[in-house]
Amino acid sequence: MPSRLGIFEMRRGAQSPGTVFRNAFLVTFIIFLALYPVLDKGLGWGKMGAFPTILIYTVLALGLNIVVGFAGLLDLGYAAFFAIGGYTAAFLTSPQSPLFGIFQTNFYVAMALAFLVAAMFGIILGAPTLRLRGDYLAIVTLAFGEIVPRAFLNLEQWTKGSKGINPIGRPTIPWLQDGQLTTLQLSNSDQTPWYYLIFIVGGLSVFAIYRLAHSRIGRAWMAIREDELAASAMGIDLVQTKLLAFAIGASFSGFAGSLWASMLQLIDPFQFDFSISIVVLSMIILGGIGNIWGVIFGGVVLGFYDRVLTSEASNWLHGLAAAVNIPLLSPFLATVDLTQFKFGIFGLALVILMLTRPEGIFPNRQRAVEMHGGEDIEPIDDQLGEDALIDRPLGGVRA
Amino acid sequence: MQWYDEIIQVLLIGIANGAIIALIALGYTLVYGIIELINFAHGDVFMIGTMVSLTLITWIPGLFGVRQALQLPPLTVFALIVGSLLASILVCAALNVMIERVAYRRLRNAPRLAPLITAIGVSFILVNVGLVWKGASQVNFPDLVPRVDILRDIFHINTLILFTLKDLLVIVIAVPLMVGLTLFVQRTRLGKAMRATAQDRTAAAMMGIDINMTIALTFVVGGAMAGAAGTIFGLYNNSAWFFQGFRNGLYSFTAAVMGGIGNIQGAFLGGMLIGVVAALSDRIIDPRWTEAVVFALLVVILIFRPTGLLGEETAERA
Repeated sequence: MPSRLGIFEMRRGAQSPGTVFRNAFLVTFIIFLALYPVLDKGLGWGKMGAFPTILIYTVLALGLNIVVGFAGLLDLGYAAFFAIGGYTAAFLTSPQSPLFGIFQTNFYVAMALAFLVAAMFGIILGAPTLRLRGDYLAIVTLAFGEIVPRAFLNLEQWTKGSKGINPIGRPTIPWLQDGQLTTLQLSNSDQTPWYYLIFIVGGLSVFAIYRLAHSRIGRAWMAIREDELAASAMGIDLVQTKLLAFAIGASFSGFAGSLWASMLQLIDPFQFDFSISIVVLSMIILGGIGNIWGVIFGGVVLGFYDRVLTSEASNWLHGLAAAVNIPLLSPFLATVDLTQFKFGIFGLALVILMLTRPEGIFPNRQRAVEMHGGEDIEPIDDQLGEDALIDRPLGGVRA
Repeated sequence: MQWYDEIIQVLLIGIANGAIIALIALGYTLVYGIIELINFAHGDVFMIGTMVSLTLITWIPGLFGVRQALQLPPLTVFALIVGSLLASILVCAALNVMIERVAYRRLRNAPRLAPLITAIGVSFILVNVGLVWKGASQVNFPDLVPRVDILRDIFHINTLILFTLKDLLVIVIAVPLMVGLTLFVQRTRLGKAMRATAQDRTAAAMMGIDINMTIALTFVVGGAMAGAAGTIFGLYNNSAWFFQGFRNGLYSFTAAVMGGIGNIQGAFLGGMLIGVVAALSDRIIDPRWTEAVVFALLVVILIFRPTGLLGEETAERA
């Protein structure tokens, strides 16, 4: 099996120069993230507005990584849980909510409840569907991801439909002002406290996910990912373990959703369409599926592309057109709007990545061997081994 | 309108829409049957088909010196419809086989996730092409089919049920295509090669079947069906939209699964059922909920009968 090879390689190559370089790079990257607001202010980049959003997406990616990266369950409707978390927070804290006057809480309680509600929906979706084969599960989750925002849109009497719910309760954080410890209610005018609040929530998530990944449950997830049959033979309860991955993965997006709603002060169903699920999935794939640090890297890089780079790059091209005067090309460069091609470029990147480096930039080693392993090992392993024992299901063209 | 009139009316609408869904579903079912890939880009190939025929239908009348297609003589309009249908079929078949060659072939032995992600990437590229080509809003597709109320104007039946030439056209194009495809897969050598490849790729290769060619052929056939569906969709709904492939693609995939994936007659049956369910939901519940109803149906089918209505009972593979 490819997995055995993977573990072997991991031990042997643990201290290679490549690993040292890669670890150094990732540590630098995390330090850069921690200091970003200071750098932004000091160097006058003026991109602070986009960064809390990028971090929220990264937290989403970390949660989805549990489901896809650790447990190997493809979820194409992750934005649904994000929406559920956001709407839970909105219901619990907004004067516009149907629960206003009945049950309202402060932001942190709402965040904790959003966590629980999202986990609950993870179980509701997962319990009947996790028995399905891989790509059917993908389609069911995709359908779920379409139904949930649609339901929020249609249930106007509770969610205000397309107008959305606003305002939404804001968190207060302890804050040091003039040497005095006071509390500060976060507002839209300054993004820095938001950034650090999300950074801390993200940091706690990373810690929790890291501990999970190296726990008994985490090992069970990876065992299922690599070989369901073998895992079940080792006494792992497949459905229960998968369900746990689904629920825990969903709960992190509940966190992210409540932060998102509160930061934006507005929640509407259009914030959670299919492309969000795909962007978050791509963050994991780009960074390195199954590897927490890779996922953080992928999340920030892709978030940066999505939120900052496409609009900035258009300006660069316009500047380039003004600087160099090439006939035919310059008029095109001067007017080109890259945001229009955002999804095309993104799609192209996905295709190229899958064709050249399917394991992502900073892969989990086991996962990397799996992604490549099929190419050499499959003929014996898959065709003769499995097909001989189990009749090929569902495949085949019948007329 | 009597209640039975209403039921028949809803069924007719459902069948016409269902025929289009069934045509797209064939592409999903064939490709999944042969390489076990959910070809995510398929719905967008269908969208490109609509755009190709829309472009031809708005461009060609200019060559005859008129501004709109309907100012042409009826026979020319007919030729225009047939021509754009063929062009759309050709473009989509070529596009689909090109996608297979560039994006899927190298990943044939990779884990399932890899080609699925590539398919999503290709889908994004095609959506972007549609967006840049025809803009972000819905585009009007010329209404070329004369408005003839068949039951009353031709058969002189006094009824409130509306069955127009347009409804008939959809069925007249879709049904022969599906019958032809069934015969092709059942009766020809190439069809036999397709079935053999789907059943066991290695064994088929040992029997001298050119696997790459056969899989490419499957994509050609699937793309052609999507192209035909694209033109019919435009003619029937009189609108085109760069994002239409997503919803219709999902409906069609639902249809394919419902009928039993890999099964051509199943795709036909599933398409019709989805069309009827959507029409019923539009009429009884609320059009705003139809999408949720269809997807909920998909979830229910996958849970309780993952092999579909006509699929065979098969073992689950890890």
